[in-house]
Amino acid sequence: MVRQLSVFLENKKGRVNDILSIISDSGINIVSVSLADTSDFGILRLLCNAPEEAHNMLKEKGITSKITDVVAVCVPHEVGSLKKVIYAITNAGISINYIYGLSLNDDGASIAMKTSDHAKTIEVLNELGVKMFNQEDL
Amino acid sequence: MIWNVTKECMSRDEIEVIQSKRLVKIVDKVYHNVPYYRNKMQQLGLEPGDIRGIEDVEKLPFTTYEDLNENYPFGLAAVPMSELVRLQASSGTTGRPKIAVYTRRDIDIWAECSARCLAMAGITKDDIIQVGYGYGLFTGGLGAHYGAEFLGALVIPMSSGNSQKLIQMMIDCGATAIACTPSYLLHVAEDLRDADLLDKIKLKVAICGAEPWTNEMRDKMEDILHLEAHDIYGLTEICGPGVATDCKYHKGLHIWEDHFLPEIIDPNTLKQVPHGETGELVITTLTKEGMPLLRYRTKDLTYLEYDKCECGRTMARIQRFKGRTDDMLIIRGVNVFPSQVEAALLTIDGTTPHYMIYVDRVNNEDTFEVHVEVEERFFSDEISELEKLTKQIHARLRERIGLNVKVKLVEPNALPHSDGKTKHVVDNRKLYV
Repeated sequence: MVRQLSVFLENKKGRVNDILSIISDSGINIVSVSLADTSDFGILRLLCNAPEEAHNMLKEKGITSKITDVVAVCVPHEVGSLKKVIYAITNAGISINYIYGLSLNDDGASIAMKTSDHAKTIEVLNELGVKMFNQEDL
Repeated sequence: MIWNVTKECMSRDEIEVIQSKRLVKIVDKVYHNVPYYRNKMQQLGLEPGDIRGIEDVEKLPFTTYEDLNENYPFGLAAVPMSELVRLQASSGTTGRPKIAVYTRRDIDIWAECSARCLAMAGITKDDIIQVGYGYGLFTGGLGAHYGAEFLGALVIPMSSGNSQKLIQMMIDCGATAIACTPSYLLHVAEDLRDADLLDKIKLKVAICGAEPWTNEMRDKMEDILHLEAHDIYGLTEICGPGVATDCKYHKGLHIWEDHFLPEIIDPNTLKQVPHGETGELVITTLTKEGMPLLRYRTKDLTYLEYDKCECGRTMARIQRFKGRTDDMLIIRGVNVFPSQVEAALLTIDGTTPHYMIYVDRVNNEDTFEVHVEVEERFFSDEISELEKLTKQIHARLRERIGLNVKVKLVEPNALPHSDGKTKHVVDNRKLYV
Protein backbone atom coordinates (compact mmCIF):
# COMPACT_ATOMS: atom_id res chain seq x y z
CA MET A 1 0.00 0.00 0.00
CA VAL A 2 1.08 3.55 -0.53
CA ARG A 3 0.19 6.75 1.31
CA GLN A 4 -1.91 9.10 -0.71
CA LEU A 5 -2.31 12.78 0.05
CA SER A 6 -5.72 14.24 -0.83
CA VAL A 7 -6.18 17.98 -0.92
CA PHE A 8 -9.45 19.89 -0.83
CA LEU A 9 -9.70 22.52 -3.54
CA GLU A 10 -12.30 25.02 -4.56
CA ASN A 11 -12.83 25.29 -8.26
CA LYS A 12 -10.72 28.38 -8.64
CA LYS A 13 -8.18 29.27 -11.23
CA GLY A 14 -4.63 28.41 -10.27
CA ARG A 15 -5.35 26.29 -7.20
CA VAL A 16 -3.75 23.09 -8.54
CA ASN A 17 -0.68 25.07 -9.47
CA ASP A 18 -0.58 26.63 -5.97
CA ILE A 19 -0.68 23.25 -4.27
CA LEU A 20 1.87 21.60 -6.54
CA SER A 21 4.21 24.56 -6.12
CA ILE A 22 4.08 24.37 -2.32
CA ILE A 23 4.98 20.70 -2.45
CA SER A 24 7.59 20.65 -5.19
CA ASP A 25 9.30 23.82 -3.97
CA SER A 26 10.34 21.89 -0.91
CA GLY A 27 12.00 19.18 -2.95
CA ILE A 28 9.29 16.54 -2.59
CA ASN A 29 8.90 14.41 -5.67
CA ILE A 30 5.36 13.98 -6.91
CA VAL A 31 4.85 10.67 -8.63
CA SER A 32 1.23 10.97 -9.62
CA VAL A 33 -1.70 13.34 -9.49
CA SER A 34 -5.37 12.87 -10.14
CA LEU A 35 -8.11 15.44 -9.82
CA ALA A 36 -11.71 14.52 -9.02
CA ASP A 37 -14.06 17.43 -9.43
CA THR A 38 -17.64 18.54 -8.92
CA SER A 39 -19.20 21.83 -9.94
CA ASP A 40 -18.14 23.54 -6.70
CA PHE A 41 -15.03 21.79 -5.45
CA GLY A 42 -12.42 19.21 -6.29
CA ILE A 43 -10.14 16.73 -4.59
CA LEU A 44 -6.55 16.59 -5.73
CA ARG A 45 -5.09 13.18 -4.96
CA LEU A 46 -1.38 12.79 -5.19
CA LEU A 47 1.35 10.31 -4.48
CA CYS A 48 4.77 11.53 -3.48
CA ASN A 49 7.89 10.39 -1.66
CA ALA A 50 7.12 12.33 1.55
CA PRO A 51 3.36 12.54 2.10
CA GLU A 52 3.51 13.42 5.84
CA GLU A 53 5.92 16.23 5.19
CA ALA A 54 3.72 17.55 2.38
CA HIS A 55 0.65 17.24 4.61
CA ASN A 56 2.26 19.33 7.36
CA MET A 57 3.42 21.88 4.88
CA LEU A 58 -0.07 22.33 3.50
CA LYS A 59 -1.49 22.45 7.01
CA GLU A 60 0.81 25.33 7.86
CA LYS A 61 -0.56 27.19 4.88
CA GLY A 62 -4.11 26.52 6.08
CA ILE A 63 -4.90 24.08 3.31
CA THR A 64 -7.06 21.08 4.14
CA SER A 65 -5.52 17.74 3.25
CA LYS A 66 -5.58 14.19 4.48
CA ILE A 67 -3.52 11.05 4.16
CA THR A 68 -5.17 7.77 3.24
CA ASP A 69 -3.89 4.43 2.01
CA VAL A 70 -4.35 3.30 -1.55
CA VAL A 71 -3.25 0.14 -3.27
CA ALA A 72 -0.75 0.67 -6.08
CA VAL A 73 -0.46 -2.15 -8.57
CA CYS A 74 1.79 -2.71 -11.55
CA VAL A 75 -0.16 -3.66 -14.64
CA PRO A 76 2.00 -5.28 -17.38
CA HIS A 77 1.85 -3.94 -20.92
CA GLU A 78 -0.35 -6.77 -22.16
CA VAL A 79 -3.81 -6.73 -23.62
CA GLY A 80 -6.38 -7.55 -20.93
CA SER A 81 -4.03 -7.26 -17.96
CA LEU A 82 -5.89 -4.30 -16.42
CA LYS A 83 -9.18 -6.11 -16.83
CA LYS A 84 -7.71 -9.19 -15.13
CA VAL A 85 -6.76 -7.15 -12.08
CA ILE A 86 -10.10 -5.40 -11.83
CA TYR A 87 -12.03 -8.61 -12.41
CA ALA A 88 -10.18 -10.41 -9.62
CA ILE A 89 -10.97 -7.64 -7.17
CA THR A 90 -14.59 -7.26 -8.19
CA ASN A 91 -15.08 -11.01 -8.20
CA ALA A 92 -13.95 -11.14 -4.56
CA GLY A 93 -16.85 -8.88 -3.67
CA ILE A 94 -14.66 -5.81 -3.17
CA SER A 95 -15.85 -2.50 -4.56
CA ILE A 96 -13.52 0.05 -6.02
CA ASN A 97 -14.14 3.59 -4.84
CA TYR A 98 -11.80 5.27 -7.26
CA ILE A 99 -8.87 4.48 -9.49
CA TYR A 100 -6.25 6.38 -11.44
CA GLY A 101 -3.11 5.68 -13.41
CA LEU A 102 0.46 6.43 -12.46
CA SER A 103 3.88 5.79 -13.89
CA LEU A 104 6.46 4.11 -11.64
CA ASN A 105 8.74 1.90 -13.74
CA ASP A 106 9.30 0.74 -17.25
CA ASP A 107 7.82 -2.76 -16.89
CA GLY A 108 4.25 -1.58 -17.24
CA ALA A 109 1.65 0.96 -16.36
CA SER A 110 0.54 1.25 -12.77
CA ILE A 111 -2.72 2.09 -11.08
CA ALA A 112 -3.58 3.39 -7.66
CA MET A 113 -6.96 2.57 -6.21
CA LYS A 114 -9.02 2.82 -3.12
CA THR A 115 -11.26 -0.13 -2.45
CA SER A 116 -13.75 -1.11 0.18
CA ASP A 117 -11.30 -3.60 1.72
CA HIS A 118 -7.60 -3.04 1.25
CA ALA A 119 -6.39 -6.13 3.13
CA LYS A 120 -8.54 -8.39 1.02
CA THR A 121 -7.55 -6.56 -2.15
CA ILE A 122 -3.89 -7.19 -1.42
CA GLU A 123 -4.62 -10.84 -0.72
CA VAL A 124 -6.47 -11.20 -4.04
CA LEU A 125 -3.74 -9.44 -5.97
CA ASN A 126 -1.04 -11.55 -4.34
CA GLU A 127 -2.86 -14.67 -5.47
CA LEU A 128 -3.03 -13.22 -8.95
CA GLY A 129 0.70 -12.70 -8.82
CA VAL A 130 0.80 -9.03 -9.73
CA LYS A 131 3.40 -6.67 -8.40
CA MET A 132 2.36 -4.07 -5.84
CA PHE A 133 4.23 -1.02 -4.61
CA ASN A 134 4.98 0.23 -1.13
CA GLN A 135 5.63 3.74 0.00
CA GLU A 136 9.39 3.11 -0.28
CA ASP A 137 9.01 2.47 -4.01
CA LEU A 138 7.83 6.01 -4.62
CA MET B 1 -62.20 53.20 0.90
CA ILE B 2 -61.93 53.90 4.61
CA TRP B 3 -63.16 50.85 6.49
CA ASN B 4 -63.72 52.42 9.89
CA VAL B 5 -64.01 56.20 9.51
CA THR B 6 -64.80 56.87 13.16
CA LYS B 7 -61.53 55.25 14.20
CA GLU B 8 -59.21 55.87 11.29
CA CYS B 9 -59.97 59.59 11.04
CA MET B 10 -60.15 60.57 14.73
CA SER B 11 -58.55 63.81 15.78
CA ARG B 12 -55.16 63.61 17.53
CA ASP B 13 -56.89 64.49 20.81
CA GLU B 14 -59.38 61.69 20.42
CA ILE B 15 -56.61 59.24 19.53
CA GLU B 16 -54.65 60.22 22.62
CA VAL B 17 -57.67 59.94 24.89
CA ILE B 18 -58.40 56.41 23.64
CA GLN B 19 -54.73 55.43 23.84
CA SER B 20 -54.41 56.74 27.38
CA LYS B 21 -57.55 54.97 28.53
CA ARG B 22 -56.46 51.70 26.97
CA LEU B 23 -52.87 51.98 28.18
CA VAL B 24 -54.02 52.40 31.78
CA LYS B 25 -56.22 49.33 31.40
CA ILE B 26 -53.59 47.15 29.77
CA VAL B 27 -50.96 48.07 32.37
CA ASP B 28 -53.36 47.20 35.14
CA LYS B 29 -54.14 43.95 33.42
CA VAL B 30 -50.58 42.74 32.90
CA TYR B 31 -49.61 43.84 36.40
CA HIS B 32 -52.27 41.64 37.88
CA ASN B 33 -52.15 38.73 35.46
CA VAL B 34 -48.58 38.38 34.25
CA PRO B 35 -46.09 37.77 37.06
CA TYR B 36 -43.18 38.56 34.80
CA TYR B 37 -44.47 42.07 34.11
CA ARG B 38 -45.43 42.57 37.74
CA ASN B 39 -41.85 41.77 38.79
CA LYS B 40 -40.43 44.02 36.14
CA MET B 41 -42.65 46.89 37.23
CA GLN B 42 -41.96 46.32 40.90
CA GLN B 43 -38.25 46.38 40.22
CA LEU B 44 -38.76 49.82 38.71
CA GLY B 45 -40.85 50.85 41.70
CA LEU B 46 -43.91 51.17 39.51
CA GLU B 47 -47.52 50.51 40.37
CA PRO B 48 -50.37 50.48 37.86
CA GLY B 49 -51.63 53.74 39.33
CA ASP B 50 -48.43 55.49 38.25
CA ILE B 51 -49.49 55.18 34.63
CA ARG B 52 -52.23 57.73 34.06
CA GLY B 53 -51.94 58.12 30.32
CA ILE B 54 -49.63 57.88 27.33
CA GLU B 55 -47.46 60.63 28.75
CA ASP B 56 -46.32 58.04 31.33
CA VAL B 57 -45.46 55.34 28.82
CA GLU B 58 -41.73 55.99 29.13
CA LYS B 59 -41.88 54.83 32.74
CA LEU B 60 -42.84 51.34 31.63
CA PRO B 61 -40.35 48.53 31.08
CA PHE B 62 -39.51 47.37 27.57
CA THR B 63 -40.24 43.92 26.23
CA THR B 64 -37.67 42.24 24.01
CA TYR B 65 -37.24 38.95 22.24
CA GLU B 66 -35.21 37.79 25.25
CA ASP B 67 -38.25 38.34 27.46
CA LEU B 68 -40.39 36.24 25.12
CA ASN B 69 -37.72 33.56 25.10
CA GLU B 70 -37.48 33.53 28.89
CA ASN B 71 -41.24 33.13 29.10
CA TYR B 72 -41.53 30.56 26.34
CA PRO B 73 -44.09 29.31 25.55
CA PHE B 74 -46.97 30.73 27.61
CA GLY B 75 -45.34 32.80 30.36
CA LEU B 76 -46.62 36.12 29.06
CA ALA B 77 -50.21 34.99 28.58
CA ALA B 78 -52.54 37.30 30.50
CA VAL B 79 -55.61 35.09 30.43
CA PRO B 80 -56.32 31.50 31.51
CA MET B 81 -55.36 28.90 28.89
CA SER B 82 -59.04 28.16 28.30
CA GLU B 83 -59.50 31.65 26.88
CA LEU B 84 -56.84 31.15 24.22
CA VAL B 85 -57.95 30.05 20.76
CA ARG B 86 -54.90 30.47 18.55
CA LEU B 87 -51.13 30.25 18.52
CA GLN B 88 -48.85 31.69 15.83
CA ALA B 89 -45.08 31.70 15.73
CA SER B 90 -42.03 32.89 13.88
CA SER B 91 -38.31 32.23 14.17
CA GLY B 92 -36.36 33.40 17.16
CA THR B 93 -32.63 33.92 17.51
CA THR B 94 -31.84 30.79 19.45
CA GLY B 95 -33.97 28.43 17.46
CA ARG B 96 -36.81 28.72 19.95
CA PRO B 97 -39.71 30.25 18.07
CA LYS B 98 -41.34 33.51 19.04
CA ILE B 99 -44.83 32.56 20.09
CA ALA B 100 -47.94 34.70 20.19
CA VAL B 101 -51.26 33.53 21.62
CA TYR B 102 -54.67 35.01 20.89
CA THR B 103 -58.09 35.07 22.45
CA ARG B 104 -61.20 35.10 20.28
CA ARG B 105 -61.41 38.86 20.65
CA ASP B 106 -57.74 39.21 19.63
CA ILE B 107 -58.51 37.30 16.44
CA ASP B 108 -61.48 39.61 15.78
CA ILE B 109 -59.41 42.75 16.31
CA TRP B 110 -56.65 41.34 14.14
CA ALA B 111 -59.23 40.73 11.40
CA GLU B 112 -60.51 44.31 11.80
CA CYS B 113 -56.98 45.74 11.55
CA SER B 114 -56.17 43.55 8.58
CA ALA B 115 -59.48 44.54 6.91
CA ARG B 116 -58.68 48.23 7.42
CA CYS B 117 -55.36 47.65 5.66
CA LEU B 118 -56.94 45.81 2.75
CA ALA B 119 -59.63 48.48 2.41
CA MET B 120 -56.92 51.13 2.46
CA ALA B 121 -55.36 49.36 -0.53
CA GLY B 122 -58.71 49.66 -2.29
CA ILE B 123 -59.97 46.14 -1.76
CA THR B 124 -63.74 45.77 -1.24
CA LYS B 125 -66.24 42.99 -0.79
CA ASP B 126 -66.53 42.77 -4.57
CA ASP B 127 -62.95 41.65 -4.91
CA ILE B 128 -61.54 38.18 -5.37
CA ILE B 129 -58.29 37.99 -3.44
CA GLN B 130 -55.64 35.33 -3.62
CA VAL B 131 -53.72 34.96 -0.39
CA GLY B 132 -50.28 33.76 -1.40
CA TYR B 133 -48.65 33.95 2.01
CA GLY B 134 -47.89 30.70 3.75
CA TYR B 135 -50.70 29.38 5.96
CA GLY B 136 -49.59 27.91 9.22
CA LEU B 137 -47.55 29.17 12.13
CA PHE B 138 -46.52 32.14 9.98
CA THR B 139 -49.05 34.93 10.52
CA GLY B 140 -49.10 36.03 6.88
CA GLY B 141 -51.61 33.57 5.44
CA LEU B 142 -54.21 33.53 8.19
CA GLY B 143 -53.83 37.25 8.94
CA ALA B 144 -54.59 38.34 5.39
CA HIS B 145 -57.24 35.65 5.10
CA TYR B 146 -59.26 36.73 8.14
CA GLY B 147 -59.02 40.37 7.16
CA ALA B 148 -60.23 39.74 3.62
CA GLU B 149 -63.07 37.54 4.83
CA PHE B 150 -64.09 40.15 7.40
CA LEU B 151 -64.13 42.67 4.60
CA GLY B 152 -66.41 40.38 2.64
CA ALA B 153 -64.09 39.71 -0.28
CA LEU B 154 -63.91 36.27 -1.84
CA VAL B 155 -60.72 34.71 -0.49
CA ILE B 156 -58.74 32.10 -2.38
CA PRO B 157 -56.38 30.59 0.21
CA MET B 158 -53.53 29.68 -2.13
CA SER B 159 -50.75 29.65 0.47
CA SER B 160 -47.23 29.93 -0.92
CA GLY B 161 -45.09 27.69 -3.02
CA ASN B 162 -47.09 26.67 -6.05
CA SER B 163 -46.90 29.57 -8.47
CA GLN B 164 -48.24 27.62 -11.45
CA LYS B 165 -51.44 26.80 -9.61
CA LEU B 166 -51.65 30.39 -8.37
CA ILE B 167 -51.42 31.64 -11.95
CA GLN B 168 -54.00 29.18 -13.19
CA MET B 169 -56.53 30.17 -10.54
CA MET B 170 -55.68 33.84 -10.95
CA ILE B 171 -56.74 33.56 -14.57
CA ASP B 172 -59.58 31.05 -14.25
CA CYS B 173 -61.23 32.77 -11.28
CA GLY B 174 -60.44 36.32 -12.35
CA ALA B 175 -58.63 37.31 -9.16
CA THR B 176 -58.58 41.09 -8.73
CA ALA B 177 -56.25 41.29 -5.74
CA ILE B 178 -53.33 39.40 -4.33
CA ALA B 179 -51.61 39.32 -0.95
CA CYS B 180 -48.13 37.81 -0.84
CA THR B 181 -44.48 38.71 -0.36
CA PRO B 182 -43.18 41.23 -2.90
CA SER B 183 -40.48 38.89 -4.17
CA TYR B 184 -43.01 36.14 -4.76
CA LEU B 185 -45.27 38.50 -6.67
CA LEU B 186 -42.38 39.60 -8.87
CA HIS B 187 -41.54 36.00 -9.53
CA VAL B 188 -45.17 35.37 -10.51
CA ALA B 189 -45.19 38.54 -12.65
CA GLU B 190 -42.20 37.35 -14.60
CA ASP B 191 -43.73 33.91 -15.08
CA LEU B 192 -46.91 35.55 -16.40
CA ARG B 193 -44.93 37.73 -18.75
CA ASP B 194 -42.78 34.88 -20.03
CA ALA B 195 -45.85 32.75 -20.66
CA ASP B 196 -47.50 35.67 -22.46
CA LEU B 197 -50.48 35.58 -20.07
CA LEU B 198 -50.50 39.19 -18.89
CA ASP B 199 -53.63 40.09 -20.88
CA LYS B 200 -55.51 37.23 -19.21
CA ILE B 201 -55.27 38.58 -15.65
CA LYS B 202 -57.53 41.01 -13.83
CA LEU B 203 -55.34 41.95 -10.88
CA LYS B 204 -55.65 45.57 -9.87
CA VAL B 205 -54.13 45.62 -6.44
CA ALA B 206 -51.36 43.84 -4.57
CA ILE B 207 -50.78 43.98 -0.86
CA CYS B 208 -47.25 42.90 -0.14
CA GLY B 209 -45.36 42.47 3.09
CA ALA B 210 -43.40 40.17 5.39
CA GLU B 211 -40.11 41.39 3.95
CA PRO B 212 -38.53 44.74 3.16
CA TRP B 213 -38.75 45.82 -0.46
CA THR B 214 -37.47 48.66 -2.54
CA ASN B 215 -39.19 51.27 -4.70
CA GLU B 216 -37.58 49.61 -7.72
CA MET B 217 -39.43 46.41 -6.87
CA ARG B 218 -42.69 48.33 -6.53
CA ASP B 219 -42.12 50.06 -9.87
CA LYS B 220 -41.31 46.81 -11.54
CA MET B 221 -44.37 44.91 -10.31
CA GLU B 222 -46.64 47.83 -11.12
CA ASP B 223 -45.07 48.13 -14.53
CA ILE B 224 -45.47 44.47 -15.44
CA LEU B 225 -48.82 43.77 -13.80
CA HIS B 226 -50.51 47.17 -14.20
CA LEU B 227 -51.73 47.19 -10.63
CA GLU B 228 -51.20 49.30 -7.55
CA ALA B 229 -48.97 47.79 -4.89
CA HIS B 230 -49.31 48.49 -1.17
CA ASP B 231 -46.96 47.67 1.65
CA ILE B 232 -48.34 45.93 4.73
CA TYR B 233 -46.44 45.71 8.00
CA GLY B 234 -46.88 43.39 10.90
CA LEU B 235 -45.04 41.15 13.27
CA THR B 236 -46.05 37.98 15.03
CA GLU B 237 -45.44 39.39 18.50
CA ILE B 238 -47.90 42.24 17.91
CA CYS B 239 -50.46 40.24 15.90
CA GLY B 240 -49.24 39.73 12.34
CA PRO B 241 -49.97 41.57 9.10
CA GLY B 242 -52.42 44.38 9.64
CA VAL B 243 -50.47 46.61 11.99
CA ALA B 244 -49.89 49.23 9.28
CA THR B 245 -50.28 49.82 5.53
CA ASP B 246 -49.78 52.62 3.06
CA CYS B 247 -52.76 54.37 1.47
CA LYS B 248 -53.01 55.42 -2.15
CA TYR B 249 -50.81 58.44 -1.45
CA HIS B 250 -47.96 56.12 -0.39
CA LYS B 251 -46.56 58.48 2.20
CA GLY B 252 -45.77 55.93 4.84
CA LEU B 253 -47.70 53.14 6.51
CA HIS B 254 -50.68 54.17 8.65
CA ILE B 255 -50.42 52.36 11.96
CA TRP B 256 -53.65 51.61 13.84
CA GLU B 257 -52.95 53.76 16.84
CA ASP B 258 -56.16 52.83 18.61
CA HIS B 259 -54.76 49.29 18.96
CA PHE B 260 -51.01 49.83 18.84
CA LEU B 261 -49.16 52.62 20.59
CA PRO B 262 -46.01 53.40 18.62
CA GLU B 263 -42.90 55.08 19.97
CA ILE B 264 -39.53 55.74 18.39
CA ILE B 265 -36.58 55.33 20.73
CA ASP B 266 -32.85 55.71 20.49
CA PRO B 267 -31.67 52.07 20.68
CA ASN B 268 -28.63 53.13 22.68
CA THR B 269 -30.05 55.50 25.28
CA LEU B 270 -33.50 53.83 25.16
CA LYS B 271 -35.08 57.30 25.40
CA GLN B 272 -37.77 58.52 23.04
CA VAL B 273 -36.37 60.61 20.21
CA PRO B 274 -37.99 63.91 19.14
CA HIS B 275 -40.76 63.63 16.56
CA GLY B 276 -39.45 63.05 13.06
CA GLU B 277 -36.15 61.53 14.13
CA THR B 278 -35.18 58.01 13.18
CA GLY B 279 -34.88 55.33 15.81
CA GLU B 280 -36.20 51.93 16.81
CA LEU B 281 -39.94 51.37 16.53
CA VAL B 282 -41.44 50.27 19.84
CA ILE B 283 -45.05 49.12 20.06
CA THR B 284 -47.35 48.66 23.03
CA THR B 285 -50.44 46.59 22.29
CA LEU B 286 -53.43 48.51 23.63
CA THR B 287 -56.20 45.97 23.22
CA LYS B 288 -54.59 42.56 23.18
CA GLU B 289 -55.96 40.08 25.70
CA GLY B 290 -54.02 36.87 25.12
CA MET B 291 -50.51 38.22 25.20
CA PRO B 292 -50.41 41.99 25.67
CA LEU B 293 -46.93 43.43 25.29
CA LEU B 294 -45.61 46.60 26.87
CA ARG B 295 -43.19 48.58 24.74
CA TYR B 296 -42.11 45.75 22.49
CA ARG B 297 -38.85 46.55 20.75
CA THR B 298 -39.37 45.67 17.09
CA LYS B 299 -35.70 46.25 16.19
CA ASP B 300 -36.93 47.98 13.03
CA LEU B 301 -35.46 51.42 12.42
CA THR B 302 -37.79 54.11 11.11
CA TYR B 303 -39.50 57.40 12.03
CA LEU B 304 -43.13 58.46 12.32
CA GLU B 305 -45.08 61.21 10.60
CA TYR B 306 -48.11 62.50 12.51
CA ASP B 307 -49.61 65.09 10.15
CA LYS B 308 -53.01 64.37 8.64
CA CYS B 309 -52.77 62.44 5.38
CA GLU B 310 -54.42 63.49 2.13
CA CYS B 311 -56.47 60.29 2.33
CA GLY B 312 -58.26 61.69 5.40
CA ARG B 313 -56.75 59.31 7.89
CA THR B 314 -55.11 60.76 10.98
CA MET B 315 -53.26 57.67 12.08
CA ALA B 316 -49.47 58.14 12.24
CA ARG B 317 -47.42 56.88 9.33
CA ILE B 318 -44.38 54.64 9.69
CA GLN B 319 -41.80 55.83 7.20
CA ARG B 320 -39.49 53.73 5.06
CA PHE B 321 -37.55 51.26 7.19
CA LYS B 322 -33.90 52.13 7.41
CA GLY B 323 -32.68 48.82 8.69
CA ARG B 324 -32.66 46.73 11.83
CA THR B 325 -30.86 46.97 15.12
CA ASP B 326 -30.19 43.24 15.17
CA ASP B 327 -28.82 40.79 12.63
CA MET B 328 -32.16 39.26 11.62
CA LEU B 329 -32.46 38.55 7.92
CA ILE B 330 -35.73 38.25 6.10
CA ILE B 331 -35.38 35.67 3.35
CA ARG B 332 -38.36 35.13 1.09
CA GLY B 333 -40.53 36.32 3.97
CA VAL B 334 -38.94 33.98 6.50
CA ASN B 335 -37.07 35.44 9.47
CA VAL B 336 -33.60 33.99 9.76
CA PHE B 337 -30.96 34.67 12.36
CA PRO B 338 -27.31 33.84 11.70
CA SER B 339 -27.30 32.14 15.10
CA GLN B 340 -29.76 29.56 13.74
CA VAL B 341 -27.30 28.71 10.99
CA GLU B 342 -24.58 28.44 13.57
CA ALA B 343 -26.68 26.12 15.73
CA ALA B 344 -27.44 23.91 12.73
CA LEU B 345 -23.77 23.64 11.81
CA LEU B 346 -22.96 22.79 15.40
CA THR B 347 -25.02 19.62 15.14
CA ILE B 348 -22.85 18.28 12.31
CA ASP B 349 -19.74 17.60 14.33
CA GLY B 350 -20.10 19.20 17.74
CA THR B 351 -18.12 22.33 16.95
CA THR B 352 -18.95 25.03 14.48
CA PRO B 353 -16.78 25.32 11.43
CA HIS B 354 -16.09 28.77 10.11
CA TYR B 355 -18.94 29.83 7.87
CA MET B 356 -20.31 32.77 5.95
CA ILE B 357 -23.82 33.56 4.82
CA TYR B 358 -24.19 35.26 1.48
CA VAL B 359 -27.54 36.85 0.77
CA ASP B 360 -28.49 38.42 -2.50
CA ARG B 361 -31.50 39.07 -4.62
CA VAL B 362 -31.27 37.52 -8.07
CA ASN B 363 -34.17 38.04 -10.45
CA ASN B 364 -36.10 39.50 -7.52
CA GLU B 365 -35.77 36.36 -5.49
CA ASP B 366 -33.69 36.14 -2.36
CA THR B 367 -30.76 33.79 -2.56
CA PHE B 368 -29.23 32.40 0.61
CA GLU B 369 -25.92 30.61 0.41
CA VAL B 370 -24.01 29.17 3.30
CA HIS B 371 -20.32 28.68 2.69
CA VAL B 372 -18.66 26.27 5.08
CA GLU B 373 -14.93 25.91 5.41
CA VAL B 374 -13.80 22.31 5.02
CA GLU B 375 -11.50 21.53 7.90
CA GLU B 376 -9.53 18.31 8.05
CA ARG B 377 -12.08 16.65 10.35
CA PHE B 378 -14.80 17.05 7.69
CA PHE B 379 -12.59 16.24 4.77
CA SER B 380 -12.57 12.99 2.88
CA ASP B 381 -10.64 11.82 -0.14
CA GLU B 382 -13.93 10.67 -1.63
CA ILE B 383 -16.28 12.97 -3.50
CA SER B 384 -19.32 11.00 -2.36
CA GLU B 385 -18.46 11.64 1.30
CA LEU B 386 -18.16 15.38 0.73
CA GLU B 387 -21.42 15.40 -1.17
CA LYS B 388 -22.99 13.55 1.74
CA LEU B 389 -21.67 16.26 4.08
CA THR B 390 -23.15 18.96 1.86
CA LYS B 391 -26.53 17.23 1.88
CA GLN B 392 -26.40 16.75 5.64
CA ILE B 393 -25.72 20.45 6.21
CA HIS B 394 -28.49 21.32 3.78
CA ALA B 395 -30.96 19.10 5.63
CA ARG B 396 -30.03 20.47 9.07
CA LEU B 397 -30.41 24.04 7.86
CA ARG B 398 -33.75 23.19 6.35
CA GLU B 399 -34.94 21.74 9.64
CA ARG B 400 -33.78 24.77 11.59
CA ILE B 401 -34.76 27.66 9.38
CA GLY B 402 -37.33 26.13 7.07
CA LEU B 403 -35.65 27.27 3.90
CA ASN B 404 -33.86 25.60 1.05
CA VAL B 405 -30.37 26.90 1.28
CA LYS B 406 -27.47 26.47 -1.06
CA VAL B 407 -24.53 24.96 0.77
CA LYS B 408 -21.06 25.38 -0.63
CA LEU B 409 -17.92 23.80 0.77
CA VAL B 410 -14.97 26.15 0.62
CA GLU B 411 -11.30 26.03 1.51
CA PRO B 412 -10.24 27.26 4.94
CA ASN B 413 -9.21 30.90 4.83
CA ALA B 414 -11.33 31.41 1.74
CA LEU B 415 -13.76 33.37 3.91
CA PRO B 416 -13.00 36.73 5.43
CA HIS B 417 -11.89 36.33 9.06
CA SER B 418 -12.05 39.63 10.83
CA ASP B 419 -10.53 40.48 14.17
CA GLY B 420 -12.79 40.52 17.18
CA LYS B 421 -16.39 39.71 16.43
CA THR B 422 -16.47 37.76 13.23
CA LYS B 423 -18.89 38.94 10.64
CA HIS B 424 -20.97 36.07 9.33
CA VAL B 425 -23.29 37.71 6.88
CA VAL B 426 -22.80 39.47 3.59
CA ASP B 427 -26.13 40.87 2.43
CA ASN B 428 -25.90 42.32 -1.05
CA ARG B 429 -29.60 43.09 -1.44
CA LYS B 430 -29.42 46.78 -0.55
CA LEU B 431 -32.94 46.79 0.86
CA TYR B 432 -32.71 49.83 3.05
CA VAL B 433 -31.38 52.47 0.68
